[in-house]
Amino acid sequence: MAQLTVTDLSKTYPNGFTAVKPCSFQIDKGEFVVLVGPSGCGKSTLLRMIAGLEDITTGEMRIGDRVVNDTDPAHRDIAMVFQNYALYPHMTVRKNIAYGLRNRKVPANEIANKVAQAAEMLNLTDYLDRRPSQLSGGQRQRVAMGRAIVRDPALFLFDEPLSNLDAKLRNQMRIEIRALQRRLGVTSVYVTHDQVEAMTMADRIFVLNEGRIEQIGTPAEIYHRPASTFVASFMGAPPMNLLTGRGTGNGAVRLDGGQALSVPTDTETDRPLLLGLRPEDMALDGAGRIAFDIEIVEELGAHRLLHGRLSDQPFTVSVPKDTEVSTGPVRLVAKPGAVSLFCAEKGHRL
Amino acid sequence: MTATDTAPVSAARPRRRRLKPESLLDHAILICGALFMLTPIYLALTTASHDKVLTQREGLQWDFGSETLTNFNNAMFEPGGFTGDITGATMLMNSFILGVGFAVGKIILSMMAAYAIVYFRLRFATLAFWVIFTTLLLPLEVRIVPSYEVIQSMGLTNSYTGLIVPLLASATGTFFFRQFFLSIPEELVEAARIDGAGPFKFFVDILVPLSRTMIAAIFIIMFVYGWNQYLWPTLITTEEGLFTLVRGIRQIVQAMAEGSEIPDYGRAMALALIAMIPPVAIVVTFQSWFVKGLTESDK
Repeated sequence: MAQLTVTDLSKTYPNGFTAVKPCSFQIDKGEFVVLVGPSGCGKSTLLRMIAGLEDITTGEMRIGDRVVNDTDPAHRDIAMVFQNYALYPHMTVRKNIAYGLRNRKVPANEIANKVAQAAEMLNLTDYLDRRPSQLSGGQRQRVAMGRAIVRDPALFLFDEPLSNLDAKLRNQMRIEIRALQRRLGVTSVYVTHDQVEAMTMADRIFVLNEGRIEQIGTPAEIYHRPASTFVASFMGAPPMNLLTGRGTGNGAVRLDGGQALSVPTDTETDRPLLLGLRPEDMALDGAGRIAFDIEIVEELGAHRLLHGRLSDQPFTVSVPKDTEVSTGPVRLVAKPGAVSLFCAEKGHRL
Repeated sequence: MTATDTAPVSAARPRRRRLKPESLLDHAILICGALFMLTPIYLALTTASHDKVLTQREGLQWDFGSETLTNFNNAMFEPGGFTGDITGATMLMNSFILGVGFAVGKIILSMMAAYAIVYFRLRFATLAFWVIFTTLLLPLEVRIVPSYEVIQSMGLTNSYTGLIVPLLASATGTFFFRQFFLSIPEELVEAARIDGAGPFKFFVDILVPLSRTMIAAIFIIMFVYGWNQYLWPTLITTEEGLFTLVRGIRQIVQAMAEGSEIPDYGRAMALALIAMIPPVAIVVTFQSWFVKGLTESDK
């Protein structure tokens, strides 16, 4: 059952700037969807339109089976967690969590129960009478979550909730949020610019670029079968290698700069192409058919990154930590099915 | 701080700080300033402790006399003026009504004006703000004649309403609150919207409590300002029952002088001192709030 249905939705600001180009999608009940993209790609605008904080220019939005285009945020049955937490600084944690319920005239004893439950779930019981300024970043984030949980909404919205936390805490909160969402089974839309967050948390990822949804898919699909060169280079660190070349017409691509690589699909002769290879899909093999010249070896502990040139184009290979390497020419093999082909002009997958 | 407090005694204790020669000059200047401000007050206090005949004959007194209690008692409770139906206590009361009414009214009005300007998409909101702002160039003294005309035609002379209302519009207050509201993060407003707080609830539940240090600071400024009003009360109140302290002191002394009595300088000095106490008390009490309000906010 679809919890959020969006049809031909778009957003154009009064100054003529189109932040979100017309898009349609459905989000199922209990699903965790991550909107990811570089800053200015329209992901926050899309989220804010779902929340009702931005007006919808065209299209239709349904939460459950209710059209909410002109519904006030308070009546959309949503809860939102903000980047800067947006806690009320003059209220205690208890009051912060209860405020939304109080405004909805929920009976006092019910509020108390719900707040206690949420606090228990989020390990905030000992902090209920503190002010937000007396809490750490992670705790504040949890209060913001608590405020969302007690409302028991149809939809959770997260607007880059972890970007103000340090790296270690971010990893921890990432897992906490995901576990909590699983437990509560609430449909969630999560905005981030961090592709690691997107990959690790999402059931489905929406990759946005310049106001357009480039690809919708599971993290594995997005990673292994990127729909465009943008997705290929945005998702993954280091990003997918993109080599320029031309089709030869017989199942191979001749790279600009020399070598020919065989590809699974037939290629039009002389068609300009981009050939994508993930760094970890390559392996060193003395008998390999691909020549690669290592210039720099980057030691990352768990693995090593070899930066160099392949047919005179920049290329990166990731090898396990126990592979012995040094700079200089080597031979490579690509794992089966590792090659992605893109149209060089439009960037879409072939 | 605690680290030094609990440091072992054996550690060399820092020697008492010597007064550095260069700070000697600083202190000298500060002391001069303090004396300059305090001497007249001291003189008022000593003069207020003498009999009026002595003061009339020998001028201001530098030493304490024996009439302090009598003079202060007279100042507060002895009826005075032409009609004799006003005492220091009534004037004190009137001053409080003016000061508090003035400050509270200004805060309510300017806060609501700022709220409208900042949070509502009004057409010409910016223009409205700058129009309000330019009224800074038109203080009461400039528009006193038309203001009087309006109040008089409304029949509000000799009333608290006439005394307070024309002074309420405040560009300063509106400006301060506007700046403060602009510094409140947008996300807080949005969170409140999602939490189901309408414009009124947001104002009362979020904005007012967040502004409390700001309110305190503006209250202090405005109370003192209202308390010290002289020109407007002089113009608008002719009934002595409505006199405020600041203008009443002179009236009392003058009434006696013109009534060919010896002016009661002791009593006047006592009244002047009494008039000083409430503003000073308020500033001293709320000093920390005042500083907080103007310099920081716990957003």
